[in-house]
Amino acid sequence: MNAIINVMRRELNGYFATPVAYVFLIIFLVMTGIFTFYLGNFYERGYADLDPFFRFHPWLYLFLVPAISMRLWAEERRLGTIELLFTLPMTTIQAVLGKFLAAWVFIGLALLLTLTMWITVNYLGDPDNGVILAAYIGSWLMAGGFLAIGSCMSALTRNQVVAFILSVVVCFLFLLSGLPMVMNVFTGWAPQSVLDGVASMSFLKHFSDISKGVIDLRDLVYFVLMIGFWLLANVLILDMKKAD
Amino acid sequence: MIEVKSLCKTYGAIKAVDDLSFTVEDGQVLGFLGPNGAGKSTTMKMITGFLTPTSGTALIDGIDVVENSVAARARIGYLPEGAPSYGEMTVRQFLTFVARARLIEKNEVTESVSRVIKKLNLAEVRHQVIDTLSKGFKRRVGLAQAIIHDPQILILDEPTDGLDPNQKREVRGLIRDMSKDKIIIISTHILEEVQAVCNRVMIIAHGKLLADDTPQDLIARSRYHNAVSLVVKSAEKVASALSELPEVARVELNEGELTLFPAGEGDLFGAVTAEIRENAWQVTSLRLEAGRLDQVFHSITQGGAST
Repeated sequence: MNAIINVMRRELNGYFATPVAYVFLIIFLVMTGIFTFYLGNFYERGYADLDPFFRFHPWLYLFLVPAISMRLWAEERRLGTIELLFTLPMTTIQAVLGKFLAAWVFIGLALLLTLTMWITVNYLGDPDNGVILAAYIGSWLMAGGFLAIGSCMSALTRNQVVAFILSVVVCFLFLLSGLPMVMNVFTGWAPQSVLDGVASMSFLKHFSDISKGVIDLRDLVYFVLMIGFWLLANVLILDMKKAD
Repeated sequence: MIEVKSLCKTYGAIKAVDDLSFTVEDGQVLGFLGPNGAGKSTTMKMITGFLTPTSGTALIDGIDVVENSVAARARIGYLPEGAPSYGEMTVRQFLTFVARARLIEKNEVTESVSRVIKKLNLAEVRHQVIDTLSKGFKRRVGLAQAIIHDPQILILDEPTDGLDPNQKREVRGLIRDMSKDKIIIISTHILEEVQAVCNRVMIIAHGKLLADDTPQDLIARSRYHNAVSLVVKSAEKVASALSELPEVARVELNEGELTLFPAGEGDLFGAVTAEIRENAWQVTSLRLEAGRLDQVFHSITQGGAST
């Protein structure tokens, strides 16, 4: 546990020691603002809720989360610090968890900074705060899913750009796996159980379920399993090819 | 104690390390010598638990690095090649991170960090970001993190590579200071370094162990061992005169310098000096050769016999 916290603390310090943290936070806040007020017609709709705010989160994460995760392992490889890290007395799992949690906490912080939205909507009207809380939890879990994918992709390469592109592509597939665009590839030849399986992998579906205010155990389990699976893959990739 | 047991590492068809076995005892400073790509770094990476061997293993004080990697790693201090560190951190932050990761007790972390900062003269840069430091300082930060937990076993991959002569001297001094009762393994392709700090040398090429000896005995393998070199006027006449001596096996004239190779156990140096005095040759330089490590290294790694 101490090893995980130590790695996590180092990572978080690293974010704030470089412009990464500030650039990310500012872009995140500006983009959520633009999406909510312009594309989401926050005022014009006339409803006191945060649906226009949360509706764009998956799309924002699609690009911003890989931007955070791309450096997680690719940078360690490029600088050779991976050799330092993995000759310290800690397990690969501890290092992976430490880095993942640091990035996840950081995105959580970005989400916390959007609480002004929540305050605004409460000032303007009388929203269902339970729904909003659920949506926040859902959004953070979804970010965790994206992040686990990104962390795993980052472990594959020493090149951050490659890591970024791989992450965006894989995240995109998981985001849309319930929509016709992806489903059309499978319909016609794959059995119904495969179709259902692919459809149930969708980030979008599980997130929108939660953000309607219904925290179903299945949705929670989905995200937890998703994170667990990709982090496990991350550990295996690192154990198999540490050196190059 | 380190016991390396038939260590192998293959990358595809390439054998980077080929069935390497050896034991290192406390108090030994072992120099890994070999051309670039000989497998020195790969061997070190396996001993430190970074790379998993294709076959074979190493025991660190009896702990298997493959089966019990974390416990084995805890006993080792390691400076990877190029002394990598997290550049965005300050020296102090970085060392604190390593100290914690090295499982140093909470209340002793600050003390350990201060101790290595003092030991490696890092006080003036301790609040500086590592990326802004000079190469010499970065290397010292790397050494500091390697010894922060006062390990019994220290493995240093090219500790002086890229440093200027003063810095090299300083790092070698540090290694000598630490070597009393520890095990130190350093890899290098700088021959003088081996002579300066090691009491045991292993020459590795193509992943195979080619020689395992003390630096003195290795030098004694040189064909120059106990040869006499001199610079003298009218060298060719002198050469033919000296080649008559029973102590001289062969004479070589190279860029104005005569080198006389000994035949048997006779006192070559004494015979040569007597001859010089007798004939009143004008000698500007005269020395007894201990042997040339570079020549031994060359003949061992290039496959030729060390004649």
